[in-house]
Amino acid sequence: MQALWHQIFSGIATGGIYASVALALVMIYQATHHVNFAQGEMATFSTYIALALIEAGFPYWLAFLATIIVSFAIGVIIERVLMRPMAEAPVLASVGVFIGLLLIFNSVTGWIFSYSVKAFPSPFPETSQFLGGWASPHEVGATLVTLVVLVLVYGFFRFTKLGLAMRAAAYNPVSSRLVGIRVGWMLALGWGLAAAIGAIAGMMVAPIVFLDPSMMSGILLYAFAGALLGGIDNPLGAVIGGFAVGVIENLAGAYVVGPELKLTLALVIIIAVLIFKPAGIFGRVIVSRV
Amino acid sequence: MARKSLALALLILALALLPPWLLSSYRLFQLTMVVVYAIAILGLDMLTGYTGQISLGHGAFYAAGAYTAAILMASFDVPYWATLPVAAVICFGFGFAFGFPALRLGGLYLALATFGLAIAVPQLLKLKLFEDWTGGVQGIVISKPDPPFGLALSQDQWLYLFTLAVGVLLFLIARNLLRGRIGLAMRAVRDRPVAAEAMGVDIAMLKTRTFALSAMYTGIAGALGAIAVQFVAPDSFSVFVSITLFVGLVVGGVTSLLGAVLGAIFIVFVPNLADQISKAAPGAIYGVILIGFLMLLPAGVASLARRALAPRRAMTNQGETR
Amino acid sequence: MKYLLWAAVLATLGLARAEAGDMPGVSATEIKIGQTMPYSGPASAYGADGRAEVAYFKMINDQGGINGRKINLMSVDDGYSPPKTVEQTRMLVEQEGVSFMFNGLGTPTQTAVQKYLNMKKVPQLFVATGADKWGDYQHFPWTIGYQPSYRVEGQIYAKYVLKTKPDAKVAIIYQNDDFGKDYFNGVKDIFGDKYAKMVAKDISYEVTDPTTDQQVVTLQASGADTLMIFATPKFAAQIIRKVYDINWHPQEFLTNVSISVGAVLKPAGVEKAVGIITGGYIKDSTDPAWANDQGMKDWLAFMDKYMPGADKTDGNYTYGYAVAMTLAHVLKECGNDLSRENIMKQATNIHALEIPVFINGITVNTSPTNFHPLRQLQLARWNGKTWERFGDIIEGNGS
Repeated sequence: MQALWHQIFSGIATGGIYASVALALVMIYQATHHVNFAQGEMATFSTYIALALIEAGFPYWLAFLATIIVSFAIGVIIERVLMRPMAEAPVLASVGVFIGLLLIFNSVTGWIFSYSVKAFPSPFPETSQFLGGWASPHEVGATLVTLVVLVLVYGFFRFTKLGLAMRAAAYNPVSSRLVGIRVGWMLALGWGLAAAIGAIAGMMVAPIVFLDPSMMSGILLYAFAGALLGGIDNPLGAVIGGFAVGVIENLAGAYVVGPELKLTLALVIIIAVLIFKPAGIFGRVIVSRV
Repeated sequence: MARKSLALALLILALALLPPWLLSSYRLFQLTMVVVYAIAILGLDMLTGYTGQISLGHGAFYAAGAYTAAILMASFDVPYWATLPVAAVICFGFGFAFGFPALRLGGLYLALATFGLAIAVPQLLKLKLFEDWTGGVQGIVISKPDPPFGLALSQDQWLYLFTLAVGVLLFLIARNLLRGRIGLAMRAVRDRPVAAEAMGVDIAMLKTRTFALSAMYTGIAGALGAIAVQFVAPDSFSVFVSITLFVGLVVGGVTSLLGAVLGAIFIVFVPNLADQISKAAPGAIYGVILIGFLMLLPAGVASLARRALAPRRAMTNQGETR
Repeated sequence: MKYLLWAAVLATLGLARAEAGDMPGVSATEIKIGQTMPYSGPASAYGADGRAEVAYFKMINDQGGINGRKINLMSVDDGYSPPKTVEQTRMLVEQEGVSFMFNGLGTPTQTAVQKYLNMKKVPQLFVATGADKWGDYQHFPWTIGYQPSYRVEGQIYAKYVLKTKPDAKVAIIYQNDDFGKDYFNGVKDIFGDKYAKMVAKDISYEVTDPTTDQQVVTLQASGADTLMIFATPKFAAQIIRKVYDINWHPQEFLTNVSISVGAVLKPAGVEKAVGIITGGYIKDSTDPAWANDQGMKDWLAFMDKYMPGADKTDGNYTYGYAVAMTLAHVLKECGNDLSRENIMKQATNIHALEIPVFINGITVNTSPTNFHPLRQLQLARWNGKTWERFGDIIEGNGS
C-alpha cells in the first residue's frame, strides 16, 4: 500500500514536468494556432543559456530573468524572420519549417554546449529526504512556479486588452485586422511568450532530468498527451492534464503494462482523448464551420 | 499537356534505365534508396496531398513493411519478391485499423497522434511478445537477392532494376487511381467536404481507405528498403524516419508524382552534403537547407517544373489566338 | 647521388606495384581509412569519439605520419541510422577506396555492415560498441571489437556479489536495448538457476522515458539490498540520486559507461554515490586521482592543442584518443605491407600493448583466436572524491 502511495506521489512530481511543458504548448497554440514541434528544443537551448549565465557568475534569479528575456527575443525574431514570410504558404510548409528548426536547435545546442550531461542548479534548498523522500524540494518548488505562470497566463489572456487582442488575432486574423489589431505583431508576441514560458519550463525541468541537448524529446510527447487531455485551448486543463498523465504513467508502468509500454500508453491516451473527447476534458467544444 | 507529361515520364524512365550500365554499384545502391523513398513519399502524398491530412508517423508503416519482409525471409525462407504482396496486405490492414479512429481528427491533431505513433515504433518493435520473430533489440540480418534466370547482372544492378520496376508499377497504379473517380472524390473531400458528402461520398470510409492505401505504399517501400539494406533493427526506425519522409514530401511538393521523386532525391543526398559542409553540426546545416528550400519554394520543388511547363502552354495559346 | 636516385626510383616502382595490386587505399604518401559516426541524430553525443580520432591523426601527421605515410581518416556522418551506415560505408569502400573501416560506432549500425565488409574482405577494425558479438572470429574473420564487452562486465559484478554476499537480494535496472540487455545477460550467465532466488526484481527503462523514478520506486518495494545499474549517464545520474533521496541504501553496482565524475556523479551529487562499485579500464579525466598522471597530462596537452574549446570532462575524447593510439600501433607494426590481410593480421597480434590513458596494468591483447582486445577491468569504489581501486585486475572470459 505504501508503495502505491509512493508511486502516486512520484507520478505527481513527474507530472509537474509535463504540466509546465504542456502549458508552453497551450500558450503557442492560443497565440498562433500552431503546434510548434521545435518547442522542446528551443526550451532546451534557453536552459543552456541560463546555465552559461549562472556559470558566468550571475545569481540564479537574475539569470532566470535574463534567460526569459533572451528567449522572448529569440521567439519574436523567429516569427519575424522565418514565420512571417511563410504566412501565405501552405500549412505543410510551416510544419516543415518547425522540423527544420528542431534540427537546427538540437544540433547547434550540442555544438555550442557539448552533448555531455550537465547538472542544472535549483533555486530551492537542497534538503534530502524531504517529505520522506517522496518529492524533492525542487519538485515542489517547480510545481509552484508552474502554478504561478499559469495564473499569470490566465490573467493575461482573461483580463488584459493585449491578451484579448492576441486571442482574437489567432482566432480570426481578418476580422481582427478590421478592428485595428496589428495581427502580425500579435503573432510575434505570441511566439515570444511561448518561448519565454518554454524557457521557464526548461529551467524547472533540467534539475530533475539533467540537462542534455535532447532533454525535452522524451518529455514532449507526454506533455502533448497532457495538453490534449486537458484541452489544448485551456491552460488550467493542460496543467491538470500534465499531472494526470504523470500519475497514470507511473501507475500503469508499475502495475499494468510494465515500463516497456509507458510511451505507447501516452500514445493511447492521445488517441483515446482525441476520439472520445476531442476538445479535452476541460476544453470548450468548438463547432467548426466547413 | 497530357502528351507532354507522357513524354516527360518516358524520358525519365529511359534515364532511369541507364544507371545500371553507367554507375558504380555504390551509386546504384543510392539510387535504389531514392526509388524506395520515392514510393514511400508517394504513399504519404496520397494521404496528405489528396485528402489534406498531415501524417508525421509514416515511419511506422515503413517499419511494418520492412519487418514483414525481413521476418518472412529470415524465419520462413520466403523469396524476397513474395514478401512484397504480404507487406502490402499487412500494412493496408494496419493503416486501416489506425486510420479509422485517427482520421476523425482534424489536421493538426492527426499530425500529433501520428507523431506519437512514430515515437512509439522502436518500443513496439522491441516487445518481448514478438522477440522470437523480430530478434528483439538485435534486429534481423537478411541476404541480398541474386538476379534470377542466371542473368549476367550484379546483385546491385538487379536490385535496382527490380526496385525500379516495382516503383514504376506502383506509380502507374497511383496515377490511374488519383486521376480516376477515387482521386476526384478525394480531392472533393479535401477542398469541399460538405459538397462532397452531399454528392454521396462517404467521407469517413474514403479517408480511412486512403489512409490504408497510403500505409500500403509506404509499407511496400519499407519492404524494398529492408531488402536493399539487408538489415532491420528497432534503431533503424526511430522518429527520424517519419520526419525524413515528411521532409521529402514537403520539399518535393504535394499532389505531384514528380515531387515524390524529387523529395526522395533530397532526403538521400542532402544529408551527405550537410555532413561534407560541417562535421560539427550537420543537423543544423540540413535544417538550414530545408528551411531555405521551403522559403524559396513553399509549394515544393515540383512546382518549379509545373511553372516551367505552364508559361510555354500560355505562349502556344497566345499563338493560336493570334 | 646516382645511387640514391636509383633507390628512389626502385622504391617508387615497388610502391606503385603494391598500390595497384593488393594494397587498396594505400599510396606512397597516404593511408585512407573510413569511419561512420553519429555526428547527427539521437546518438550525437558519441560524435566526440570520431572528432578526437580525426584530431589524433592530425597530430600524428604533424609529426610526420606513420612509416612515412600520412593518415587520412575519412569520418562521415551516419546519424545512427543503419540504412545510412550501409550507404556511407559503401561510399567509403567503393567510391573512396579506403583501406579499411575503423571504430565505426553503434551496435545496430555496425551489424548492418558486418556481413558486407566480411564478404568484401575489408577489415572492420575496433568497432566502437561493447556488444559481445564482435569477437566472433570464426564467422566474421574481418571484424574485431575493442572495449571490454558489456556481458563480461555484467558477469564480473555477478561473480563479485556471489563471492562477497551470497545471500544478497538483487535488483537490476537496465536500458531496454542491446547495451542494457547484454549486461542483463551477463548477470544471468553467472546466477544461472539461482537467478530466480537471487534476483528480487529486474526492470527496464526506455531512452524515451523522461525519468526513471517509477522504476526505482518499484525496485525499492521489492526489498532488494543490492542494485545493479546498467544505464547510460543521464539515467544513471537520475537513478543514483533517486535511490538516495527515497532513503534506500542498497549496495550499488554501476556500468563503467557511466562512471564519469563530471557527467554522472557530480550531477547526481557526489555524496549520494558513496559506496558504488564499478569496473573500470579507462582513466576518467574528471577523477582527481589522475591529476599528476603522465598519460593524462599528455592527453590534456593533446586536447589543448588539437581540440581547443572541447569539453574536457567528456570521457568520449579519452576513449577516442586511446583507440586511435591502438590503431597507430597496428599501422606501425604493418611496416610497408599495408595489404588488408596484413592489417588484419597485425590487428589480431597485439601483445600487452600499454595505452597511457588506461588504468595501469590493463593492456590490449589480441590473437587470431581472441578478437576481444580489452577484457580486463579493475573494480573501484566511489569514496565521495575519487574512484578508489581495489583488488586485482580481473580478466573476463570473453566468449
